[in-house]
Amino acid sequence: LKESKRAVNSLRDIVDDDDDDLERVSWSGEPVGSISWSIKETASSSTSSLEGRESSLQKSSSSTAFPKQVSPYFLSNLFKGRNKLPSFQSLSDALSDTGVKNYAPELRRPKAEYKDYSSDWSPKDTVRRMQRGKVCSLERFRSLQDKLMLLDEAVAGHDGNVITAVLIFLKRTLRREILFRELEVRQVALCHLIHFLKETGEQKLLLDLLRFLDRTEELALSQYREHLNIQDVEKRREFLKGCIGLPFSAEDTSHIQDHYTLLERQIIIEANDRHLETAGQSEIFRKYPRKASILNMPLVTTLFYSCFYHYTEAEGMFSSPTNLKKTFKIPDKQYVLTALAARAKLRAWDDVDALFTTKNWLGYTKKKAPIGFHRVVDILQRNSAPVQVLQEYVRLVEDVETRLNLATKYKCHDVVIETYRDLKDRIQLTAYKCKVERGSAEEEKINSILNNT
Amino acid sequence: REDRGRSPQRDFHILFVPRRSLLCEQWLKEQGVLGSFIHREQYSLDLIPFDGDLLSMESESAFKECYLESDQTSLYHAAKGLMTLQALYGTIPQIFGKGECARHVANMMIRMKREFPGSQNSIFPVFDTLLLLDRNVDLLTPLATQLTYEGLIDEIYGIQNTYVKLPPEKFAPKKQGEGGKDLPTEPKKLQLNSAEELYAEIRDKNFNAVGSVLSKKAKIISAAFEERHHAKTVGEIKQFVSQLPHMQAARSSLANHTSIAELIKDITTSEDFFDNLTVEQEFMSGIDTDKVNNYIEDCIAQKHPLIKILRLVCLQSVCNSGLKQKVLDYYKREILQTYGYEHILTLNNLEKAGLLKPQTSGRNNYPTIRKTLRLWMDDVNEQNPNDISYVYSGYAPLSVRLAQLLARPGWRSIEEVLKMLPGPHFEERQQLPTGLQKKRQHGENRVTLVFFLGGVTYAEIAALRFLSQMEDGGTEYVIATTKLINGTTWIKSLMEKLEPAPF
Repeated sequence: LKESKRAVNSLRDIVDDDDDDLERVSWSGEPVGSISWSIKETASSSTSSLEGRESSLQKSSSSTAFPKQVSPYFLSNLFKGRNKLPSFQSLSDALSDTGVKNYAPELRRPKAEYKDYSSDWSPKDTVRRMQRGKVCSLERFRSLQDKLMLLDEAVAGHDGNVITAVLIFLKRTLRREILFRELEVRQVALCHLIHFLKETGEQKLLLDLLRFLDRTEELALSQYREHLNIQDVEKRREFLKGCIGLPFSAEDTSHIQDHYTLLERQIIIEANDRHLETAGQSEIFRKYPRKASILNMPLVTTLFYSCFYHYTEAEGMFSSPTNLKKTFKIPDKQYVLTALAARAKLRAWDDVDALFTTKNWLGYTKKKAPIGFHRVVDILQRNSAPVQVLQEYVRLVEDVETRLNLATKYKCHDVVIETYRDLKDRIQLTAYKCKVERGSAEEEKINSILNNT
Repeated sequence: REDRGRSPQRDFHILFVPRRSLLCEQWLKEQGVLGSFIHREQYSLDLIPFDGDLLSMESESAFKECYLESDQTSLYHAAKGLMTLQALYGTIPQIFGKGECARHVANMMIRMKREFPGSQNSIFPVFDTLLLLDRNVDLLTPLATQLTYEGLIDEIYGIQNTYVKLPPEKFAPKKQGEGGKDLPTEPKKLQLNSAEELYAEIRDKNFNAVGSVLSKKAKIISAAFEERHHAKTVGEIKQFVSQLPHMQAARSSLANHTSIAELIKDITTSEDFFDNLTVEQEFMSGIDTDKVNNYIEDCIAQKHPLIKILRLVCLQSVCNSGLKQKVLDYYKREILQTYGYEHILTLNNLEKAGLLKPQTSGRNNYPTIRKTLRLWMDDVNEQNPNDISYVYSGYAPLSVRLAQLLARPGWRSIEEVLKMLPGPHFEERQQLPTGLQKKRQHGENRVTLVFFLGGVTYAEIAALRFLSQMEDGGTEYVIATTKLINGTTWIKSLMEKLEPAPF
């Protein structure tokens, strides 16, 4: 890549072109001014033959004739069924440029006028007309049998637009129970109606339909979806509470429950904290004013917030991290990671220390973590932890190679030295001498190790 | 309504592209403005040519509609598009297909042909075979990160209708002698198609092979420009000058692609890209697909973009024929706790689509499919590939393998595996009027049109093009689809819209 870049830049000096800001390209894709473009321009044979049903198999070198200017006259030509299709510049020689009519079967029929609808079309013909986009009055289909025939014809015709149109008509003119009953045995039409109701937001009818069909889980989820439309937090909370009893799957039920509980807690925390902020008494809120409200935030974000602003609170308080952990059964891993991130951001290294320190039964403390210590180092480093703190944790990284990499990267000299000593690697240790300051304690350490072994 | 008040003389027309929708009209009616439009028409665009061998309907919602909502309208339009195609290029004598939607489209085509006998025409068939493939026969391929040049451009920057918008910094012309010119703030827009020689050469290559092509090209162009020193006679100079526009175009093309390649390289050499790719390849080669993956967990913990997470967990699920309930529940819980409970709706959609679901039969079919169809090739050669697996540096797209095996030796040889993939497989023949039966000349290639129902990626297109230019491959491919996709746009189309609708 470097070579080509160099070549390109050197060529810039030779070639004196100013106007390559705009790469003008013709509709067939060739840059205007290129050789291939000019060939095509000069050698083009006539392309705009609207007649000529046979496509010749000879190679034709005409350029495309896609209209750039859309004049109203041309548009009406299009509607009369004379489309121009752009040519293929294909690999295979057999495909060639054709300026030919659109042969989709229905367009070859004479297009009847809008005003012309007789009142006697059969269901099949009605559907045909609708497929062609013509206005059709469906009112004539009065009996249930007629209506169902119409629906079945529409479904057989496969055009979703027509099916939806017929369904709108049926929805308006049939009693609900009858409509539901008939649709139960017509899967395709049923799917279309459900989709239609979703799109138009006719929630009540949709829920009734799903209830009738006993599609309980879908019913539950559909109803749950509505919460997104409720902006007011209190109302949303109420709504979510109502969702809990719905027939979700077992797993989903617990998630919905959690969603409600979380929002409930967030409302309380938000009110409290806003109060604290305006009162101006709390140090943490003064030093780190909140940038956004905690409402509607995901659980982990809420936990981070809580570890940031309410770390030391007792478990009984809704805003304490331990309360959140217990209520939502947050696994240790996630909890430790989040707490670490929050305390590291606040540069509270003692808190970080305490996270990983456990007392065993003899009273000795040791450090352990549910996540690899390299992760801890990563997060600390991102928060610009001082080397002494970093060093502590680099030392705890289990995998030797990773430990060495990190120690070297972050200049934790003591750890590097100790590790090489443990590996009894004199060569590396000697080599590392040049990385430490002359006359420093580290240099002395290296020398003493080298001399004593 | 506002506009009408402002200028009552104005006529309002509305043009539905690609087709009018009753829902739209209904809504306009409810708003009370339907009558204000004098003309309501539709401008039907079924299949749009994107390149000499590529057609797309650009119907974003086709996959969602067909597989989530059981709305097969887009298939109806696909069938109509195919009828138009046949009217122009001749009836296609053989139709093969795999999948429910494929069956549906084929049925519609046959019915349409029956109902309009007048459309029988006297054109020599250009296509010998049509292969209809459901996207859900191969859910794996779009989830993996594409590794061809064009594929990577799409993954990173997104190619819209053959245009890509790129960060402008690397494209600012460095004029000598000028001080720091203001860097352009507008993204640089480039058109990408096969009319650009250089692009046609590198687009389908594995990205690792692009550098050497660019440097070779640089040498050629440099040498060409050097010719001006050798031009002595007026005739020679004239000739040189006449070549100049072409050379300038080539030089500018080289400059653009060198810059793009640099941009891409910054991403592909990043640690995160490497880690992500490693996990993808582990899954695709069948390693550890049945337990919670550490990298995915870490990414969730670090709150990487949700779509990235979804692509990875779906990939794991597909490579395991569904996840064990415990593993699935674990991922779901982590995702909901980290990104919000409302995503339950999206997860539900993904399950419905078959992308992220519990393992039902207790059996994992994927290893068998992988081995029989040789989907994972260890000895991939990125520079001079001999197999389609180069497009994912080891993984051969399942869909393209099916096409490859159909041509030679035929699907009979993989009956068992085909049964493991969803949907029926079938063959139909369409009668050609006598006299149009084409006799293949010796050495002439068959032409197969492969229609992907639900979306296709640039990597799959590259793989098919690779097959087309193989020495004695025997078949050339033209590709059609409902939409050009990549993993990100595809998953996005399945995500539940979380903002309240504007109306």
